[in-house]
Amino acid sequence: MHMSRRTVLAIAAGAALVLTACTGTGASSKGADAKAPDDPSKVSGTIKVLTQRTDLVQDGTMKWYAAAFNRTYPKVKVEFEALTNYEADVKIRMNTENYGDVLMIPGVVKKSDYPRFFASLGTRAERGRKYRFTDFTTVDGKVYGQSPIGVSPGFVYSKKVWREAGVTEWPTTPAEFLSDLKAIKSRTDAVPYYTNFAAQWPLTSWTFVNGSVGCDTGATTKLADGDPWAKGSDLRVGDTLLYDIVHQGLAEKDPTTTNWELSKPQLAKGKIATQWLGTWAIVQFRDAAKKAGANPDDIGFMPFPAQVDGTFCAVVGPDYHQAVNVHSRHKEAARAWIDWFTDKSGYDRDNLAISPLKSAPLPDVLKPYEDRGVKLIELDDTEGARVKAIDDQSEVGINKPDYRQDLVDLARGARKGSLDSFLAGLSRKWTEAQKTLGS
Amino acid sequence: MTRVWRGLTPWLFLLVPLAFLITFTYAPIVNMLAYSFTDWDGLSPELRYTGIGNYTELFTRPDLFEVFWVSGYYLAASVVQIAVALYFATILSFDVRFRNLFKGVLFFPYLINGVAIGFVFLYFFQDGGTLDSVLALLGVHSDHAWLGTPVSANVSLAGVSVWRYTGLNFVLFLGAIQSIPGELYEAAELDGAGRWHQFRHIIAPGIRPVLSLSVILSVSGSLSVFEIPYIMTGGATGTETFVIQTVKLAFQFNKTGLASAAAVVLLLIILLVTWIQRRLVPDDKVDLV
Repeated sequence: MHMSRRTVLAIAAGAALVLTACTGTGASSKGADAKAPDDPSKVSGTIKVLTQRTDLVQDGTMKWYAAAFNRTYPKVKVEFEALTNYEADVKIRMNTENYGDVLMIPGVVKKSDYPRFFASLGTRAERGRKYRFTDFTTVDGKVYGQSPIGVSPGFVYSKKVWREAGVTEWPTTPAEFLSDLKAIKSRTDAVPYYTNFAAQWPLTSWTFVNGSVGCDTGATTKLADGDPWAKGSDLRVGDTLLYDIVHQGLAEKDPTTTNWELSKPQLAKGKIATQWLGTWAIVQFRDAAKKAGANPDDIGFMPFPAQVDGTFCAVVGPDYHQAVNVHSRHKEAARAWIDWFTDKSGYDRDNLAISPLKSAPLPDVLKPYEDRGVKLIELDDTEGARVKAIDDQSEVGINKPDYRQDLVDLARGARKGSLDSFLAGLSRKWTEAQKTLGS
Repeated sequence: MTRVWRGLTPWLFLLVPLAFLITFTYAPIVNMLAYSFTDWDGLSPELRYTGIGNYTELFTRPDLFEVFWVSGYYLAASVVQIAVALYFATILSFDVRFRNLFKGVLFFPYLINGVAIGFVFLYFFQDGGTLDSVLALLGVHSDHAWLGTPVSANVSLAGVSVWRYTGLNFVLFLGAIQSIPGELYEAAELDGAGRWHQFRHIIAPGIRPVLSLSVILSVSGSLSVFEIPYIMTGGATGTETFVIQTVKLAFQFNKTGLASAAAVVLLLIILLVTWIQRRLVPDDKVDLV
């Protein structure tokens, strides 16, 4: 039996009166387009941009971007609203029509629902020529969001510590990586690897090893169709490495009370050697180094220790996608902001990130990647929505910290069991969900 | 006409508080009940009515109820909490030097926001943090990861909860003790009763209703622990409670329907526990004089 949310509410209570008042008008504006304005000087209106970057709103950087934007679009007024708990807050607000004019697409929105919530930015064929990551938000050939930066997962490391330990070459296998960490442990005072267990989200980045290990652009499709923890599969290789790091005592002594903010200056000063994060983190660690009086150039970045035919592979993926609220009254202005922010703001360079423009060169921080011939690949996201559905249904949470926290607990003996049975449990949950959802 | 007005007046005064009560307490509960019969993901405009599907799923998955073992730690802690609160309430209801200062000190933790407490105690339990430093001052060099194992983590978290809620129990007890007429103590003293006897025969029976209320509150509180473990460990290392699990179902895995059903079940469990308790310990009249 199909019911709209409002019917249920109406059945629910006489009090529904209070509640339906804020559930909006539904799908009336479904399928709207946000067209790029022809004449920048004519677009007008006040637009509200929702963002997760509280830091940039507080320190005035976003205002600075808005001022630069106004030089091209003088009649558009841009306001920002930073949300600390972005995902949860936006999810609740999206039950109304009032969720800003421009927003980052939260992970909870089903891809098939994009046309209900966002205005289209154009066709995939047209946008794909110019931009990266278009298929991540494509529904029926139309694109609904655009990420302003591309990120690549990898190890942020202290070049100084690694040098002191006598390691100059990037490890090419997980085993080599482990022996390098051991060298760091025995020859320096640094903690070889820092899990950031208590901050939780850093552990989720271990899912981004997907694609890097096997250098396979179809890695996401494999998650949807196969078992992510089968022997030799990407996630198993990554999770096993994390397990081994902790199990062999190469991580910090007490992971449960880690501190993300403190970990930045500590890595900069060489008290921590390595963390698995992403290119987006480099700029933060360099800033921390400057503040701590250490050399920012000592912050290095390396790919996952795996090679296919003698080459490293690094996956380039999108950050949050910016989209236009389908209910926005100033869609042209909102679209103008997204285009400008993606193409001209310099946000990607400011974050030492990969540009969403296919034509742009790689950022300087990835110079070592170019020198060593690291192959950058983009994953095909056609099955992304199904992976998300399986993930929710199975309650595994490949993009949530929980199972990796359990993995770390297992590795350091705070939890009973073996790695094999733990991963087998995940496989079982995952494949069962695949069956219930039907392939 | 005046009679009509006179009849309406109390309702007019009640209008605003009743509106608040309905909007913020009863409407959400009714709403939650409605969601618990659907497969809503918390956002999508489409949802299906699944009947008692969510409830069947809940009761066919025993792993969802395993987390209630964690409540045992908090239940044990609340015994300590009530004992400590009762002890201080009794002492401070007599003439003691600096008694108002001590009252303030004991009640203070309850006034602090739970989130702040979570963060403060994260530093407290950190490797080389406050607790380790204090112990080192006392000559104990424990190299203990306080949140490192399930037992240690749960005991630590329950300790934080004792620290936070003792003040509330303390104030309840203090108020009850002070409502006992002073002549009773004088008479008792004349009869040669010591402090222990005064407590045993005057104070304890005198505050029985408040005592049983505190027990009910701490049992239901132990079943629905949330903020402290959620902020400090996020439910990691075996500290997940039923409410944390429910929140994760709703906001991590987008199973709002199932999470609503879990919340309804928790509500029923707490009502049941309270009912049983009321049956076992009937709330008889206090009759001291």
